[in-house]
Amino acid sequence: MNFEKTNGGNTLTVELIGEVDSMNTPELEEKLLKEIEGVTELIFDLKGLEYISSAGLRVLLTMQKMMKAQGSMVIKNTNEEVMEIFKVTGFVRLLNLA
Amino acid sequence: MKELKVEATIENLAKVFTFLQDSLDKCEMPSKVKRQIKLCVEEIYMNITHYAYNPDVGPAKIGVDVVGDESQSKVIISFADEGKPYDPLQREDPDIELGLDDRPIGGLGIYLVKTTMDNVEYEHKDGQNVLTIEKDFEKNSG
Repeated sequence: MNFEKTNGGNTLTVELIGEVDSMNTPELEEKLLKEIEGVTELIFDLKGLEYISSAGLRVLLTMQKMMKAQGSMVIKNTNEEVMEIFKVTGFVRLLNLA
Repeated sequence: MKELKVEATIENLAKVFTFLQDSLDKCEMPSKVKRQIKLCVEEIYMNITHYAYNPDVGPAKIGVDVVGDESQSKVIISFADEGKPYDPLQREDPDIELGLDDRPIGGLGIYLVKTTMDNVEYEHKDGQNVLTIEKDFEKNSG
C-alpha cells in the first residue's frame, strides 16, 4: 500500500495493492488513523487491488463513516471482481465509487 | 484429500493460505474461482480464530478435496474445530439495504461465504463444529 498526501495535506491518496486480508488490515487501519487527521479528501485507488476480504471491507466502511464527518471519500479504479464484492455486500450504496 | 491441522491463530492464516494454494495448485481452475475460494477460507478460518475457543486457543482442521471429470469439477473444503458448538449459518444476514449511518461495521464474512459458494453446510459431529463448503467450476474457463 502507498500513501501520498497532496494539496497542502488536505488530500490523502491511498493505493491498495495486491491483497488486503486479515493479516495486513491492522497495519493499514493503524496507518490510516494516523494520517487521516486534517484530511478533507480521501482517495482510495484500487487499480492494483487483486483481493479483499471482509477485514478490508471493514476498514473501508470505517473510513467512509469517518470521512462523512470531515470531508469526502472516493474510490477509484475498482476492478470487476472487487466490484462484485461491493455489490453483494451492498457497499455500492455506501461508497462513492468513481 | 489434503488436510492441515493448525492452532487457530490469526498468524496461522498464512499457513492456511499456503496450504490452500498447494492443494489447488494442480487444479485447472479459473483464477476468479480460486480467489473466491480463498476469500471463503479466510472468512471461515478467521471466524474460528475469533469465536471457537475465545479466550483460549485450540486446533482447526482444514480438508481440501477436488472431485469431478474432464470438464465439470467441484472443490469441497471442510473446517473442523473442537470449540463451543456454534452454527455460523444461523447468524442473521446483514441488511445490505441500510444506509451509511445505520450500517454496522462487520458481520459480512459468513454472508460472503453464503453468497459466493454453491453449497454451505454445518454439522456438530463427534464434539466438533464442522462447516463444509462446495464450489462448482468449469475447467479452463479463465
